[in-house]
Amino acid sequence: MISFTINGKDATVDVSPDTPLLWVIRDHLQLTGTKFGCGMAQCGACTVHLDGKAVRSCQTPVSAASGRQVTTIEGLAEFALGKTVQTAWEEVDVPQCGYCQSGQIMSATALLKEHPHPNEAQISAAMDGNLCRCGTYNRIRAAIQKAAEMQGGAK
Amino acid sequence: MNDLTVQDPSRRQFLQGSAALVGGLVIGFYLPMKGNRAIAAEVPATQAQKVYPPNAFIRIAPDDSITIIVNKSEMGQGVYTSLPMMLAEELEADWSRIRVEAAPVAPVYNHTVFGGIMLTGGSTSVASSWDQFRRVGASARMMLIRAAAQQWGVPESECRAEMSQVIHAASGRRLGYGALADAAAKFPLPVNVELKQPKDFKIIGKPTKRLDTPEKVNGSAKFGLDVYLPGMLIVVVARSPVFGGKVKRFDATEALKVPGVQGVYRVPTGVAVAATGFWPAKVARDLLKIEWDEGPGATLSTPGMRAEYVELSMKPGAVARKEGDVAQGIRDAYKTVSAEYEVPYLAHATMEPLNVAVDLKPDHCDIWTGTQFQTVDRNSAAQAVGLKPEQVEVHTMYLGGGFGRRANPHSDFVTEAAQVAKAVGKPIKVVWTREDDMHGGYYRPMWVDHIEAGIAKDGKAVVWKHTIVGQSIMAGTPFESMMTKDGVDAASVEGAAQVPYLIPNLQVDLHSPKHVVPVQWWRSVGHSHTAFIVETMVDELAHLAGKDPVAYRLAILPADSRYRGVLKLAAKKAGWGKKLPKGHAYGVAVHKSFESYVAEIAEVSLEKGKIRVHRVVGAVDCGRVVNPDGVRQQVEGGMVYGLSAALHGAITLENGRVQQSNFDTYTPLRISEMPRVEVHILESSEPPTGIGEPGVPPIGPAVANAVFALTGKRLRRMPFDREKLA
Repeated sequence: MISFTINGKDATVDVSPDTPLLWVIRDHLQLTGTKFGCGMAQCGACTVHLDGKAVRSCQTPVSAASGRQVTTIEGLAEFALGKTVQTAWEEVDVPQCGYCQSGQIMSATALLKEHPHPNEAQISAAMDGNLCRCGTYNRIRAAIQKAAEMQGGAK
Repeated sequence: MNDLTVQDPSRRQFLQGSAALVGGLVIGFYLPMKGNRAIAAEVPATQAQKVYPPNAFIRIAPDDSITIIVNKSEMGQGVYTSLPMMLAEELEADWSRIRVEAAPVAPVYNHTVFGGIMLTGGSTSVASSWDQFRRVGASARMMLIRAAAQQWGVPESECRAEMSQVIHAASGRRLGYGALADAAAKFPLPVNVELKQPKDFKIIGKPTKRLDTPEKVNGSAKFGLDVYLPGMLIVVVARSPVFGGKVKRFDATEALKVPGVQGVYRVPTGVAVAATGFWPAKVARDLLKIEWDEGPGATLSTPGMRAEYVELSMKPGAVARKEGDVAQGIRDAYKTVSAEYEVPYLAHATMEPLNVAVDLKPDHCDIWTGTQFQTVDRNSAAQAVGLKPEQVEVHTMYLGGGFGRRANPHSDFVTEAAQVAKAVGKPIKVVWTREDDMHGGYYRPMWVDHIEAGIAKDGKAVVWKHTIVGQSIMAGTPFESMMTKDGVDAASVEGAAQVPYLIPNLQVDLHSPKHVVPVQWWRSVGHSHTAFIVETMVDELAHLAGKDPVAYRLAILPADSRYRGVLKLAAKKAGWGKKLPKGHAYGVAVHKSFESYVAEIAEVSLEKGKIRVHRVVGAVDCGRVVNPDGVRQQVEGGMVYGLSAALHGAITLENGRVQQSNFDTYTPLRISEMPRVEVHILESSEPPTGIGEPGVPPIGPAVANAVFALTGKRLRRMPFDREKLA
C-alpha cells in the first residue's frame, strides 16, 4: 500500500511500487488530464508537480510519491499561480489538439514559480522537454509572458 | 467517464427518434455535390432539398443554449469552432451559448464531397461544409421566425432574428429560440433558403477563440486514451518486429505471473496481454517469448531500397504529365542542371499514441476512439466481430493529433481492437506504446526523384523532366480505382504534375514499386515531398539564370496565377531584398495544395554547422476565411510539422526493423528551435479552401533555398541534419 496526497485529497493504492506514478494517476485514480506520450521522459505530456516541483510522472515510480503532495492539471487552479497560467493559456488561445497542453501548463507553472519574469532563454530551457506536434510553441511563449505580466504585482 | 456512458442512450435515441423526442429543433440536410470545385458553387435551392429524416446538426434547449453536432473530427485543426461559426452566423445565434457535440455515424453526417462515408481529411472540412452548415443554420432561422410570426399573428417579413431571439420590431415583442424550437421543428424545411451577404457577417471572418480551449486547459477534454469503462481491461499487443510477420509460437508463462494480468490471447496482429492496468499489461507484454515467422519483409533495408529507387529513377515510368518534348528541350537548352533527391519514410507521431476502447456485446458494439474515418472503422469493426454495421457505434473522442494517421483505409488500429475485444470477452482498451506507434507503419512513403531542367539564353525555363519513385498510398485501398489512372496514383505526383511555371517542355514520370512497409497519407500527402523538389529546382534555375528567386518565379508564372499574390505578399512582409544580419540568409518557396496557395520565406543561419531557422514569414490565400485566428494557427502549425521533418525526421529500416522507436531517435522540433513566425492572410472573396495542410509543403524548400543562399550548397536529401554544413 502506498499513500500520498493528490490535489489535496488522500490516496492509497495497492500496486507494485515500481509502477510509474502516471499510470496510478490515470488507471487507478482516473484523473485523465495527465497524458501518456512517450514513457521515457522525452515529451513532457505526463508532467505533474511533486511537492511543487515539475516531474515526469512516466519516469517517477509511485513509491517516490509516498507521503508527498502530488498536483495534477485537475488540481492546479487551486493555486493562484496555476489559475493565472491557465487563464493566460485561455487568453492566448494556445491549444490545438490539446493533448500536450496539460504537461505544458504544469511545466510553465513550475517555471514561473522559480522565475516570475522569465527571459526567452529561461523559457526555452524550462519548456524544451515538452513536445508539441501541432506547433503551439510561440503561443506557449506568449502565454508564459502573459502569465508573468498578470502576476506583475507580485514582483 | 460517467458523462460518456450517460450520453450514449440519448445519442441513440436522438438518431432514431423524432424531433419531439429530444425536445428541440433538429434539422439536417444532404447537399448533393460533385467534384472539388462544386464545393463552393451555389447549389440551386431545388437541388439542395434532398432531406433526410430529422437527423441533426442543431439542438436548441428550452434555456436557449444551442448544441451544434459536428460531423468532423477535432484533431487540433479547429473544426469544433470553424464549423459552428458558419452555422451560428446564419442561425443568428448567440455565440456565447454554443456548445459542440461529436456526431455519431449516420448517412446525414457523410462528407459532402467524398460520397458515402463520414471522414475528416484532405483539408476539406471548411470548404465541404461551407454551404451545408450555412444552409442548415439559415433554414433553422427561417423556421424559428415562422414559428414566432404564427404565434404573434404577424407576417414573417416583419420579424427578424438576432442573438438567438426572434424580434417583432413593430410591437417590441421578442421570443427566445428555446421557446420557439418545438413549434419550429414541426414546419417543413424551407424551399428557398436565403443565405446572408458576406457584408452582413457578424461571426464569419472575425478572429474567434476556440470553443475547445477551456477544457483543453483544465484537463477535462476527453481523448480516446481517457475512456474508462466499468470492468475494462487494458491491453497491450506484441506485434511483429517486421512488417508482414506472423506469430509462429509463443510462451506466456512469465507474462502470466505478473500481478494484474488477466489473460494472454493470440490475435491476428500478434499476441495480446490483458491486465487491470496499462503497466502490468506492458510489463507482461515485454516478458512474452514469441517466435515470429518474419517473412520477406526481414530483408528490407533503407540502403537497398535507395539503390533500387535510384535505378528506377533513371528509367521511363508511367507518364503523369507531358508537354512538348523534353529530349529536344534538353538538347536545345542553354544551361541544364540535373539532380537526385531523396526523402525518407516519416511517422505521423501524433502526441497521443493510438488507442481504442471497445465494449462488445452479443448484438451491439461500442467503440470509443480518436478517428478521422468513422464509417470505414465502423464497417471494418463490424466485419471483425461478425455484427452488422448498424450494430456498431463509433464514439469520436478528441484526437491527440491526427495528421492522417487516424484515417486508416484498413482501419488497422480499430480492427485490431475489435478482434482483441472478441478474444478477451470483456470491455477493453488497446493502448499502443510510443514504440508500438512508431513501429506501426503507415508512414509517409520514402521517395527518390531524378530531375533534369534547363533554361534558355534569356534565362527562361525551357525544359523540366522529373521522375518520381515511391510506393503508392492508394494501392490496395478502396480508393485505388478512384485515385489511380493509367498507372499514376494522383497522390504520388500531386504538386509535381501541376508545376505552375511556364515551361514548354515538361514531363513527369512515376514509378510505384511495391514493398511490405505500409504507407499512408501524412499531413499534405504527396505535396510533403513534391514541393521540396519543385521549389528547390526552380530556385536553382533562378540561380542559373542569375536572377533573384522571387523575381524569377514571378517572371515564369502565368499572369493570372494566384501564386503571385502570396509570393508578393510574403516578399513584402519579409522585406525580401533587405540587408540581413551577417551570416543570415533568406530562402523562399511557394506551393499550392488543397486548393490553397502558401508562400513562405525563411531566415536561416548556421550555428556550429547546424541549421538555425530564425524567422518564417508566411502568406496564404485560402479564399474566404472563416476564422482568421484558426488560419494562422494552422499555417504556423504546418510550418512546425514540416520543419520537424525537414530538419530531423526519418524512419529507416535495417533487416526489416524500424530503427527509430521514440522521441529520442525520431525528434520533432522543440521550443528552443522554434522560429518567430508571421502569417499574413490575403483578402479574398473566393470560396474557402483547405488550411490544415497547405502550411506544410513550402517550409522545407524555403529553408533549403536559404541554406543555398548562405553556403552555396544545395540540400537534396531530407532530413537536413544528416548533411555536413560548414
